[in-house]
Amino acid sequence: MNKWTALAQKMSKWIILALTFIIIQLLIQVNIINDYLQATLATICINIILAVSLNLITGFTGQFSLGHAGFMSIGAYTCAIILLRMPTTWGFLAGIFGGALLAAVVGFLVGLPTLRLRGDYLAIATLGMSEIIRILFLNMEITNGAAGLSGIPRFTNWFYLFVFMIGTIIVITNFLKSSHGRACISIREDEIAAEAMGINTTRYKVTAFTIGAFCAGIAGALYAAYFYFVKPSTFGFLKSIDVLVIVVLGGMGSISGSILSAILLALISTILQDFSELRMILYALMLIIIMLFRPQGLMGSKEVSLKIFKNLLSYMPSRKEGQ
Amino acid sequence: MKKTLLILTAIMVVMAVFASCSQPKSNSDTIKIGVNYELSGGVATYGQSSVEGIELAVEEINKAGGVNGKLIEIVKYDNKSEEAEATTLATRLMTQDKVVAVLGPATSGAFKATIPVATQHKVPVASGSATADDVTVDSNGVKEYAFRICFNDSYQGTGMANYALNNLGLKKAVIIMDSSSDYGKGLAENFKKTFEANGGTVVAQEAYVEGDTDFNAILTSIKGKDFDVIFIPGYYEEAGLIIKQARDQGIDVPILGADGFDSPDLKSLAGAEALNNVYFSNHYSSLDQDPVVQDFIKLFKSKYNKQPDAFNALGYDLAKFVIDGISRAEKLTGEAVKDALAATKNFNGVTGSFSVDENHNPVKALVVIQLKDGEQYSSERLSMD
Repeated sequence: MNKWTALAQKMSKWIILALTFIIIQLLIQVNIINDYLQATLATICINIILAVSLNLITGFTGQFSLGHAGFMSIGAYTCAIILLRMPTTWGFLAGIFGGALLAAVVGFLVGLPTLRLRGDYLAIATLGMSEIIRILFLNMEITNGAAGLSGIPRFTNWFYLFVFMIGTIIVITNFLKSSHGRACISIREDEIAAEAMGINTTRYKVTAFTIGAFCAGIAGALYAAYFYFVKPSTFGFLKSIDVLVIVVLGGMGSISGSILSAILLALISTILQDFSELRMILYALMLIIIMLFRPQGLMGSKEVSLKIFKNLLSYMPSRKEGQ
Repeated sequence: MKKTLLILTAIMVVMAVFASCSQPKSNSDTIKIGVNYELSGGVATYGQSSVEGIELAVEEINKAGGVNGKLIEIVKYDNKSEEAEATTLATRLMTQDKVVAVLGPATSGAFKATIPVATQHKVPVASGSATADDVTVDSNGVKEYAFRICFNDSYQGTGMANYALNNLGLKKAVIIMDSSSDYGKGLAENFKKTFEANGGTVVAQEAYVEGDTDFNAILTSIKGKDFDVIFIPGYYEEAGLIIKQARDQGIDVPILGADGFDSPDLKSLAGAEALNNVYFSNHYSSLDQDPVVQDFIKLFKSKYNKQPDAFNALGYDLAKFVIDGISRAEKLTGEAVKDALAATKNFNGVTGSFSVDENHNPVKALVVIQLKDGEQYSSERLSMD
């Protein structure tokens, strides 16, 4: 008996994840989660990937970046272009990894010179970078200019969304727990002190930036293969701001905060769809109210992890024994 | 204490708005049509104008007793001018609200994004203003569930080239195009093709990008050339300034454009005295003496207290076109409505009478409007057969 509880405790994280996946998959199969709710689910998962990866750059490493839409668009266009020529699962996977790698390479090349800048200057430089990417897509032959690429086959489903979302979260939380992650956090806390302690700040900033760009590329690829259509204006300045809003609302420096706020904002936006014209006014009003009462974000820098369930498991039997 | 009060007030306000907005429950005696438009965001003016026209048409039809004894109910959502949101909302309208047809979005991109959803759920989508050439048809053939009631961009380019040659008798053109939009590129290409095929010559072709404000360099370089007409495929923001600067430089040849000129801002940007000898193609003109047009203007003015623009007229026609299809459909399913819409013949709307061709495009006349001192002076219908 004890052996089993111990095993369950050890595996609790994975059991919970598997259960979440299976339950939602079943709900999709019996059509309780219909096509419309699936679209909302896709938006949530894509936003979680974007927010968690931006949180690594902005919340944990303290580098204010407005370039996330740019990295996302690289992933989206790469995946779209590959899928239009090769509409198979292999093409889809190639699109995701190709897009993510390309975004990471661009992130690395852009990060190397610009991450020597700080604060507002970095924000402007990354904003400029994302505009350059957008204008390039606007004028290239292969991206079909302003009209964008349409008729992209849909390959993204709950399985891929779940795998890539959980993958992103695990990679980033593990990175943050490693010595590299601690170096990143020390840069946020005090860059000069970190440098004095012998941390190569530029190296860690570029590392965080590249990982963030890679994940944004994945999110973009999933987006393109779900919503049938990409065009340059989708990935404008406002898209970067949208992601930043999720991060700030959830709490800079809290992965679970980003997840929570991505879900919350999508739900609010969905509920407000019934109020056509008033929708964006109410949405903005809610943001203001939340920020007034939780200026540090929903979670601040606290984390909720799946360990809760583990603790719960160990708590329940022990109480029984005590009685 | 103060804080609690503030929270309470905020909650009350939100609740009140929720309560006042909650829509009446629908029943089976109504026919539901989805409205998926840009009510906020970058191109909100297009969406809002279209929806005004749609609501007017639906109100008029419901007052007259509805369709086959059933009233029309519209389910309206705001897609924030975002393609992904347009796709999501089209899915919501088709699966959750169970509409028989979806109107909108207004722009070609967002409209194209909803077409795969329409095909999957077998519910037709129709737009009043998606003018890009490949909206309803591409290399894979016609998109069965997509319809539009406006002519496409290349049609306007061809039309204006014919108008310059045949109606105005002009042979030497300069093109100043907006190279940052497909709209500008498509128009320029088709104008040039038709103009040169029918005996005209394009003396020079210059380009600008969205947001430019100083066009004097372009105008100085063409000034020395021998030409008798300028064609500006682009939107009013830049076209207004080009016209003003051209007239200031003493270039007084006729200037032609397309429906991108249709905005009251054209006059404020160019100035009334510069807007002489300017012609542009459009979907509709309020000068048209056709009783259908005049009745629409009267009706529109009595509801909204303003002069209708082209988007209002297109929205009005779109709603009537789709409802006409519903009234002829054998059953109240998306598939039957699609078949009825595809079979539309000689639909008589404010923006002209038209039939739907095999590519789901309307076959209709272009309206060419002449400006004099900044005002619409005359309009004529230009049919191309």
